[in-house]
Amino acid sequence: MDPDPVYYVDLTLNGLIFGAMYALMAIGLTLVYGLLRILHIAHAAVYAFGAFITVIVANATGSIALGIVVAIVASALLGPAIYRLLYEPLLKHPPYVAMIASMGLLIFMEDGFRILFGEQGLTFTRNPYPTEIHQLFGVTINTVQIAMIVLSVVCLTALALFTTRTRVGVAWRATVSNPTIATSFGVDAIKVRYLNFMIGSALAALAGALIALLNNFVEPSMGFVVSYKALAIIVLGGLGSMRGTLIASLALGLVESFGTILVGSYLDRDALAFLFLIIVLMVRPQGLTGARA
Amino acid sequence: MSLYTYSLLSIVGINIMLAVSLNMITGFCGQFSLGHGAFYGAGAYAAALCAVAGYPVPVALIAGAVVAGILGFVVGFASVRLREDFLAVTTIGVSFLFVGFVRKQHWLGAEMGISKIPGSGLGAEGNAVMILLFAAATIAFSLYLNRSWLGFAFRAVGDDEQAARTVAIPASSYKLLAFALGTAIAGLAGGLYTYFTQFIVPDSFGFILSVTLMAMVVIGGTGSTWGVVAATIILTLLPEVFRFINDYRLLIFGGLLVLVTRFAPGGLAGIVNSLTRRLRRA
Repeated sequence: MDPDPVYYVDLTLNGLIFGAMYALMAIGLTLVYGLLRILHIAHAAVYAFGAFITVIVANATGSIALGIVVAIVASALLGPAIYRLLYEPLLKHPPYVAMIASMGLLIFMEDGFRILFGEQGLTFTRNPYPTEIHQLFGVTINTVQIAMIVLSVVCLTALALFTTRTRVGVAWRATVSNPTIATSFGVDAIKVRYLNFMIGSALAALAGALIALLNNFVEPSMGFVVSYKALAIIVLGGLGSMRGTLIASLALGLVESFGTILVGSYLDRDALAFLFLIIVLMVRPQGLTGARA
Repeated sequence: MSLYTYSLLSIVGINIMLAVSLNMITGFCGQFSLGHGAFYGAGAYAAALCAVAGYPVPVALIAGAVVAGILGFVVGFASVRLREDFLAVTTIGVSFLFVGFVRKQHWLGAEMGISKIPGSGLGAEGNAVMILLFAAATIAFSLYLNRSWLGFAFRAVGDDEQAARTVAIPASSYKLLAFALGTAIAGLAGGLYTYFTQFIVPDSFGFILSVTLMAMVVIGGTGSTWGVVAATIILTLLPEVFRFINDYRLLIFGGLLVLVTRFAPGGLAGIVNSLTRRLRRA
């Protein structure tokens, strides 16, 4: 094994970058769970949807930035539509019913993408960013990775400020932690749900767009494994907790990054995430940080 | 009958065993498992190793059932420790873990799987008959279970675990038992599959299969043996009968899952029940 310390710095950085993307994905999931007790598996379909829209708009207009903006707006509409059409009528049933419906929707949308855009998916016609290499403090990093770090820090900080410093944000958090009491204090719980799906879906679309840029292509099944990993993350983080989700996302990014190098010959990358999940759950059934049961 | 018919019958029989056994865990006992494919795979691999080592068919089949059952028992502990949502995610994990583990194991053939598995010596026809007999036995067992005291205890745990505990039903033991029973049958199905194809690869036992099985249970009507059997037969044969469907198989599965949960959460069994009730009233 390479003893060079820069190598470990690289691994750590890569892990943190992937962790940040997981966080953008998983925050929406954990909020939906906190609010509705639904495991919103189709969230990953929104993520893939965002990635596809980015590529399509970017290729049509020549502007990647415009692609990302359109993807975020379109996904912010798609998320609430999923809630309105699928989840709302299912709230009266036990939560697993909505989860199965959500799984059905993910499979449906993924296969829809495959039929519409083909098995191979789509590539950007012009995307110089992943090959623009920079040297920062001896570490090699490309433009997309820098964008990933900056955008996720900005978005998550903005979200944190929004939920702690503004009236709407506080009402939102109150509803997530206890819908009944929040409603009796005059919070419109229905509006909060829409807001929740809007913001969560927008973040997922951003993650989808950035991953698409990094890989320089999108494929129909790109959300598949990510959707279940995001579930693992929110369970690890102690369902419904934003801070826990963030910690679990970064931890998983690091575990995958180092694990692939250290035990990659025994287990593949995707299995590693779930091994981590199962070990943590066996030791701490309430999740890494989970306070609420 | 042609070879093709025999292979269709075999696949239907295996899927019935899988869906009905999953229904014992999820439908009867209320434990949501999305890792059923992994136990099926464990059974298939155990049987394949036995068959390659030269053991007779019954030994290999029993080995498949036992290995899967033990694994199911272990995973069942997760259901004792974790609440419902966590269990769903953990069993998804088991599914990915199984495939991820097997893919990297050279003694299990890694990505290439195990090929040149000796046959059962029964031929295609004999294999199909054996599989259908086991499928029929699984259905009979499921129907019996549903009426027995054990089935009653499973349902009590599934409906309301706290209430079951208050009337002195040891919920944890029953959950473990449901997992062990259901997964052992899945392992047996895996052994039969091994003799049916004589060639197994890790990806045949992945998460898509587990979801498909859950789709069969939900579309059939969670908890109803006949509903699940009907859904399994329809969903297995539909893509074979209408070839063009095969291309859109997942689209249709996903769409059906959404529609059924949205408009008929009781599944096929629920629809049939409400129809007969209406007919009786009329």
